[in-house]
Amino acid sequence: MESRIDATGKHYKTLNQEIISGMNGGTTKLILDNVNGQRYIGDALEGNQEIIIHGVPGNDLAVFMNGLHITVYGNIQDGGANTMNEGTLVVHGSAGDTLGYGMRGGEIYIRDDVGYRAGIHMKEYGDDRPIIVIGGGAGNFLGEYMAGGLIILLNLEGRENCLGNYTGSGMHGGAIYVRGDIEKQRKKIKARIVPVQNAEAEELNHYIGRFSKYFDRNPGPVRPEEYFKIVGTGARPYKKLYVGV
Amino acid sequence: MLREGKIRIPSGCAVSGIINRKGQVFSGIDIVDSIANMRERSNGLGGGFAAYGIYPEYRDCYAMHIFYDDIKAKEDTDYYINRNFEVNLSERIPVRKVKVIENQPIIWRYFLSPIPRRIEDVGGDEDEFMAQFVMQINAMIEGAFVASSGKNMGAFKGVGYPEDIGEFYRLDEYKAYLWTAHGRFPTNTPGWWGGAHPFTLLDWSVVHNGEISSYDTNRRFVEMYDYKCTLQTDTEVIIYLFDLLLRKIGLSLEEAVSVVAAPFWEDLDDLGPLKSRQLRNLRILYASALLNGPFSIILASGNGLMALNDRIKLRPLVAAEKDECLYVASEEAAIRAVAKDLDRVWAPRGGEAVVGLLEGKSDLLSASSSGRKIAGKCSGS
Repeated sequence: MESRIDATGKHYKTLNQEIISGMNGGTTKLILDNVNGQRYIGDALEGNQEIIIHGVPGNDLAVFMNGLHITVYGNIQDGGANTMNEGTLVVHGSAGDTLGYGMRGGEIYIRDDVGYRAGIHMKEYGDDRPIIVIGGGAGNFLGEYMAGGLIILLNLEGRENCLGNYTGSGMHGGAIYVRGDIEKQRKKIKARIVPVQNAEAEELNHYIGRFSKYFDRNPGPVRPEEYFKIVGTGARPYKKLYVGV
Repeated sequence: MLREGKIRIPSGCAVSGIINRKGQVFSGIDIVDSIANMRERSNGLGGGFAAYGIYPEYRDCYAMHIFYDDIKAKEDTDYYINRNFEVNLSERIPVRKVKVIENQPIIWRYFLSPIPRRIEDVGGDEDEFMAQFVMQINAMIEGAFVASSGKNMGAFKGVGYPEDIGEFYRLDEYKAYLWTAHGRFPTNTPGWWGGAHPFTLLDWSVVHNGEISSYDTNRRFVEMYDYKCTLQTDTEVIIYLFDLLLRKIGLSLEEAVSVVAAPFWEDLDDLGPLKSRQLRNLRILYASALLNGPFSIILASGNGLMALNDRIKLRPLVAAEKDECLYVASEEAAIRAVAKDLDRVWAPRGGEAVVGLLEGKSDLLSASSSGRKIAGKCSGS
């Protein structure tokens, strides 16, 4: 069952209550029109329903989300997919700062750019493994304190500076794959850089294939030499900053 | 009362600014709608606006907005004003009754022309005369507080949510080419009428989201140049720093930005030997003017606005353009609330200034300010 909500002028509490009522009433596809700044859409919701958002949703979109498939036609603001556990977020635009903060599972696809600190404190355990695929470039501190999961940065416009400064600061788990030339960006990376192996191409192709399907933008099959990989420097990257331990 | 952990107050201050770069004026409705979109960011303990171009009939007078706790404070201040100025108009600022706005002070405005002899008495520098006059009222007269004192501009602020403050001051009836706004969530200091943003000096105003950890270092630095910090808030020192760097010392805006949001030492080498040396020198010379801690600010003058983040972007800032209008705000939605279709939207990097000047202006520093007053003194120290 499909239904529609006009979000014009609605406070986030009202809008989110209407979303929950819709879901409880059996809606499987909910279309939100004229969203502008309402926070917490998708907050802790679970199930297989779909939400389509037209406009700019507010901070903490998909926070604590446990399922659902959210598609946004517009940019998203700060704190998108904060502590998300499961589900999919697809953004036809750019994301603000701290995308996927402490994310523990699910998948995010961003067509254009992400702001500062995307993937900060992302973590994985067992089968729960968060994925972020970015079509454009990233702001500073991508993957800061990252403990698990996967970030793929496709740099589809081929920018020389697709990474911001301090990429991977404090990173101690997971992996960031970047499509592009490493040499000009080496200094920005604060974690270990390793080549991509042939065996890793299959998994990358899987998520990049989904990105291509969502946005109709295809970088082609992965050739490992076109990518480099950033991994953690060890279990405790800042150990040397502390005295006597 | 609910204690820590029992209640969550999801707030973090909001800023917004709009300039029509062709100088065409528009009512306060847009800026109120923009800041109201971010209501969740403030908690009702402070809201305010700065407006430029609102007093064309008194464009050559200093428009002084003052809060008084009582008649005694007004009488003391009036005495002091009458000794130093020719008073062209003195009136209550018209306000509307708004249910949620209470405990307001006496809110007065004056349009003033300084008596030339008084300026001569303090060395002939009109800007410095005005700046000292304002800081002396704030420091010496109990219960009087100058909200703004520039030409053809004014600050409208108080305790309440910004949209209620806008309603209270009847901002729909004013027309300006440049508006900035603030929704406050006070962190370390009390919510009071004088402590609401914007903070102003001469025709500078600043609205600020964040917290300046270097406040005391900065305060000691500006106090050496005759600024008095009296308002119990970190934001006050930001306005004095910019006034000092731009008007008194005469740095360019780009240089001043590189002082308050200095690039990290390790990033300097990438900028080439000349630029690297210049920035290194500025950073050493004005080390005490570095603003440490999270901030996003909008600095405005009669000439335009400048929005700036701290170096590692610990507070949000979005910019957008539509025709001759430039928008900056804590959230994109606050811009879309008043301009749905935009030509360009972008997220400025930490330490990267977004500047919107009126056509024909090349600097934020207004023409009445001559600048470069003590450059020799500083570069020789």
